[in-house]
Amino acid sequence: MAEQSGSIAVSSGVPIRGLMPGGAIWKHISRFARRKPLGAFGAVIALILIIVAVFAPFIATHDPAATNGALVYAPPGSQLLLGGDQLGRDVFSRLVYGARVSLYAGLLSAFIGASIGMVVGVASVHFGGKTDLIVQRIIDTMMAFPPLILAITIMAALGASLNNVVIALTIAYIPSAARVLRSQALAIKEMDYILAARAIGASHGRIIFRCMIPNCLALYIVLVSVFLGTAIVAEATLSFLGIGVPPDVPSWGGMLNGAAQTYVHLAPWLGVFPGLAIAIVVFAWNLLGDALRDVLDPRLRGTW
Amino acid sequence: MATLLEVKDLRTHFFTREGVVKAVDGVSYAIEEGETLGLVGESGCGKSVSALSIMRLVPDPPGKTVGGEIIFDGQDLLKLPDSEIRRVRGKQIAMVYQEPMTSLNPVLTIERQLTESLELHLAMSKTEARREAVRRLEQVGIPDPERRLKQYPHQFSGGMLQRVMIAIALSCNPKLIIADEPTTALDVTIQAQILDLMKNLSREYGVSLLIITHNLGVVARYADRVNIMYAGKVIERGTARDIYRHPSHPYTLGLLNSVPRLDLPRTEKLDPIEGQPPDLMHLPAGCAFRERCRFAIARCAQEIPPLRPVSAGHLSACFVAETLLSRAKEHAA
Amino acid sequence: MQAYIAKRCLLFIPTLLLATLIAFLLLRVIPGDPALVKLAGETGDASFTQAELHDLQVKLGTDKPLYVQYGKWMWGMLQLDFGQSMYFEEPVAQDLIDKFPITLELTVLAMLIATIIAVPLGLVSAIKQDTPADYISRFISIAGVALPNFWVGILIVYFLVLFFAWMPPLGYANLWEDPATNLQQFIFPALALGFFEMAFTARVTRSSMLEVYREDYTRTARGKGLAERVVILRHALKNALLPVVTISGFQFGRLLAGTVVIENIFMIPGMGRLLLDSVFHRDYTMVQAIVVVITVSVLVLNLVLDVLYGWLNPRIRYS
Repeated sequence: MAEQSGSIAVSSGVPIRGLMPGGAIWKHISRFARRKPLGAFGAVIALILIIVAVFAPFIATHDPAATNGALVYAPPGSQLLLGGDQLGRDVFSRLVYGARVSLYAGLLSAFIGASIGMVVGVASVHFGGKTDLIVQRIIDTMMAFPPLILAITIMAALGASLNNVVIALTIAYIPSAARVLRSQALAIKEMDYILAARAIGASHGRIIFRCMIPNCLALYIVLVSVFLGTAIVAEATLSFLGIGVPPDVPSWGGMLNGAAQTYVHLAPWLGVFPGLAIAIVVFAWNLLGDALRDVLDPRLRGTW
Repeated sequence: MATLLEVKDLRTHFFTREGVVKAVDGVSYAIEEGETLGLVGESGCGKSVSALSIMRLVPDPPGKTVGGEIIFDGQDLLKLPDSEIRRVRGKQIAMVYQEPMTSLNPVLTIERQLTESLELHLAMSKTEARREAVRRLEQVGIPDPERRLKQYPHQFSGGMLQRVMIAIALSCNPKLIIADEPTTALDVTIQAQILDLMKNLSREYGVSLLIITHNLGVVARYADRVNIMYAGKVIERGTARDIYRHPSHPYTLGLLNSVPRLDLPRTEKLDPIEGQPPDLMHLPAGCAFRERCRFAIARCAQEIPPLRPVSAGHLSACFVAETLLSRAKEHAA
Repeated sequence: MQAYIAKRCLLFIPTLLLATLIAFLLLRVIPGDPALVKLAGETGDASFTQAELHDLQVKLGTDKPLYVQYGKWMWGMLQLDFGQSMYFEEPVAQDLIDKFPITLELTVLAMLIATIIAVPLGLVSAIKQDTPADYISRFISIAGVALPNFWVGILIVYFLVLFFAWMPPLGYANLWEDPATNLQQFIFPALALGFFEMAFTARVTRSSMLEVYREDYTRTARGKGLAERVVILRHALKNALLPVVTISGFQFGRLLAGTVVIENIFMIPGMGRLLLDSVFHRDYTMVQAIVVVITVSVLVLNLVLDVLYGWLNPRIRYS
């Protein structure tokens, strides 16, 4: 670690931000892969998901929306790789496009939710006193709303759409992110360099954004990776319930709704493949998140 | 006096991903019945691990006792089956640990933690064990023992908890008590009280005491004989008087010079040992202390100096021990 | 301990008020005026008159300022009046009284199944660390938290249909009147619902037990010559289960939320299904009431858990 000057070390001394020469990144990645093979496996799957989502039009073999009476409930193999659904649409192509929805909703909501939560948690600690007390009470109360219930309620109010799913999930993640990062900020607040920053009269914004938040980044990264896995499931759950992404947009959860459920014994591929896609992606993401957590902040082991 | 416990060429290593840490590497010492033996060294020199090895409490993995014998009561503790070693633990050999605050279970009452070994080893009934527990708490100087029995560890101060630990250690009348840095975590004012208590009780019951410490002052006052350890090996052994008056290993000398002493003129300056203890994973060839030693000679780099007698009952693992010894005698005269 | 409980209970009141306020704001502010939404939803366009809108506003009470609406709603709930369903046009409370016990039973059953399997699984995994038993248990828990409950539900239905020609029952057997049939109906949904929490609890138990294993007092217990069984049962277990108690409040909430999914797959006429139907019906009063019931249940359980935690942990009991 010594060769990276200017890096900011968090608890276990892993640099988050710093002057990393190009070669060093590869060295880091290869060391991560050796120390955490499962995490590296997770990273590979995550990368595949990203590639599939980005290049969906090139990977899909059919138009995901095209219906074909001849292919209704076509079994996997012969004509369609993973079979056809109740309208004769290609399950494989819908899965490929569904990756976009999963990634979009998962990435955005995890990222924004954790970011807002971080600012709320850190600012609350920074201002302290009554502000912190009130914020803490609100967070604690919000935590009594199960995230899915919060998301369902918001979807009920906003109506089904992909962006509303992002909004609903973002709001659902803010309380837990704020709570976790608040406790980290509490520890940081007492550090000498924060006291020093106060002593020289640094502005609130400067202390929060330049002094405290950089030191929460390790936890933040871990949190985003954990949220991402659960957000993918949450989006799928909302779409499965029919209140997430509108039915005409191919999404993994939506594909399990309706016919997949009713005719699962007649066309099991409708129920198996989308679920398998979710499970593999979330499994991989959890492995990656676990490895990141172990490397970035071992103290968090077993906290969720 | 008969020998109670004999540690012969004990080797306990830790097998980590980075390599093998030879925490204890060929340590031998013996404890006589009723004797107080001091085991002294810097942190990380293997003194605690050697004590835990006697009880076979070294966490495995990664720790493993890979060689040696520990003869207690005519049998090798290292060869006993698990069920037999459990009959030794707490009953024959008891331990007092470094951190009384974390060494007692936070969710069990003091009573439960005191009576369980009585019920186990002495087959006492609940009421008998309770009565005995009260007596033991009185003995270690805990006021109002009846009430204290019902309390939990967090309701005690560190010093009081260490008294409880001593009561637990004494409860089954063991032949040997191993005290691993028993006062390190306590306030200075409490330290002497705890040590006096241990010393007095062990004398009263004829219990042998193995005191592990980094504090030479503790040893000087309480131990009959002393072993000095460095980098997993015993490097000097003798009576407390020998060690204090005539140190014959440069490391011991360094230890003595780095503590303030009231028995020497004030003009003497404190003289710390330079450098760091060696990495137990990559021990240098020859004497492990060589790089920090101001008396080192060429031979020190090639061979490991064996522990050998320099006078009756006084042993040193240094090639220049005699020079040091005569120097010390001159100095004293 | 009394002071601790008293403090928790006192804190409970403002939390309850805050929770209802959040539930109220979520459904009265984000969607806009429910009267407008209802009319727009029914007519499909803006072909309603101002008079119609005003009548509905008066009927729903949305013509008053927000704080008056909240006050009235809150006051009603204190008398167990959760308002009129905007869809069924009858009191919400009766539906809740009918359906909540069903959902609660499903949730409790899922929690029981999850805990009964998870704790031993986690313990074995920690005690036999790095053995095949540990690897299997860890695989189950890592894979388990990756499986969405609706998929587990669908798969269970699939296998039941495949092997037992089973079909989701249309009726519902009351637990007290027909316990055998009731359990038959509930066991598989509860399994699907509790699967995730089982994996999660096993994981928490394992890491907590491993942590306790490293504690000094575990070594002290071994140093007394206690058998490993006694060290685990008497000294380690109680300490290791403290985090499990802490997380179970959130787990209960997650399970309650999960019933929305599971009740739909298994056709159980509980509160979860009612919630989803109400979302489709834009029945805001009903949604609001269900959200309050769920949140208050979680809050009450958390209060109970706080007391239980204090009882398990003497550091809290005597301070």
